[in-house]
Amino acid sequence: MRVNIHHMSVQDLEKIFQDKIDADIRIEPKDWMPDAYRKTLIRQMSQHAHSEIVGMLPEANWITRAPTLRRKATLIAKVQDEAGHGLYLYAATETLGAGREELLEQLHTGKAKYSSIFNYPTLTWADMGAIGWLVDGAAIMNQVPLCRASYGPYARAMVRICKEESFHQRQGFEILLTLSKGSAGQRRMCQDAIDRWWWPSVMMFGPNDDASPHTAQSMQWKIKRFSNDELRQRFVDICAEQVKILGMTIPDPDLKWNEQRQHYDFGAIDWDEFWNVVKGNGPCNKERLAARVRAHEEGAWVREAATAHAEKRELKKDRA
Amino acid sequence: MAENQWPLWEVFIRSKQGLDHKHAGSLHAADAQMAIENARDVYTRRMEGVSIWVVESKYVHASSPDDATSFYEPANDKVYRHPTFYDLPDELKHM
Ligand SMILES: [Fe+2]
Ligand SMILES: [Fe+2]
Repeated sequence: MRVNIHHMSVQDLEKIFQDKIDADIRIEPKDWMPDAYRKTLIRQMSQHAHSEIVGMLPEANWITRAPTLRRKATLIAKVQDEAGHGLYLYAATETLGAGREELLEQLHTGKAKYSSIFNYPTLTWADMGAIGWLVDGAAIMNQVPLCRASYGPYARAMVRICKEESFHQRQGFEILLTLSKGSAGQRRMCQDAIDRWWWPSVMMFGPNDDASPHTAQSMQWKIKRFSNDELRQRFVDICAEQVKILGMTIPDPDLKWNEQRQHYDFGAIDWDEFWNVVKGNGPCNKERLAARVRAHEEGAWVREAATAHAEKRELKKDRA
Repeated sequence: MAENQWPLWEVFIRSKQGLDHKHAGSLHAADAQMAIENARDVYTRRMEGVSIWVVESKYVHASSPDDATSFYEPANDKVYRHPTFYDLPDELKHM
């Protein structure tokens, strides 16, 4: 029997599509998919790609001032990984028909968002530790379930990314652990970094479930596998235990083990702060975007030179 | 910001001698040499490869997923192509 999709109604196609997803069969680039699925994925994946790219900036800030050569090599490797993550995700997004230029344009004009966490400043060396532990930690919590996302290229990119992220979190924790065993000043610095990065990290999981209207559809499509609050709770539970190893505290007076729930209770999130940063008024929004645009513009001659070089080499080959 | 976009390349990586090259992903590059160098930086930062193939994406031709059912149909009813199809006594060894 020949199944020709050109003779099928949209409803039939949608049913075949959802049946595949329900059966955990991955959707690949050339398969039929609803427009809304494609659009939602392009937005989600490109936002994620932009976050990896902008996410290099706060850490790059400390590369030249890393305290030892070992730390410096590690930080360079981590930042380079983030560039790689951005590229995996841009490439995966392009399989949905979005052009790279178009995606970059959306980032540079502020039309596309990236994770708000990168709009906070990195004030001390300890921030490199807190970012690795908390920010990469929260990212991992979000990303591991996406290794099973329904869109093949996305899931494969996430598998690669998750493999690499684990070192990011471990090196961060190691930085904090070292500081936690240091002088009184170093311990203060360690606690201060945790104090500043904790709440923004908790906010990385996004609005509460009752304020995320698209979650149900995304779950049905399996491009989101757990709700924001479920992941946030997991993150809090894990960190509340890990912080004990550092002998530090989490800046939340309401953080308390709840025997009945078998989870940690935690304090209210300042959603005004969250939305304020999302809307562009965080401490570094303008600086981050300006740095991105500048890097792109100042890199224009490199792109042009590479094109010219490729053309010249092609000509030489033809003459040979 | 009209800029000429570098073409897209598909990247295939052999993870070690004796194994096939496997699709790793794609990237943009001005030419093949640059594509190979970029592929090294993007896809083999942890010794994931000993050999890289790149091919410009526009040269990849693919079977159509829409016709998958009929396209692979010929193999569907030929169980006799598998060794387990044949009924042989247990006493028969080394086969
Ligand atoms: Fe990353
Ligand atoms: Fe990371």
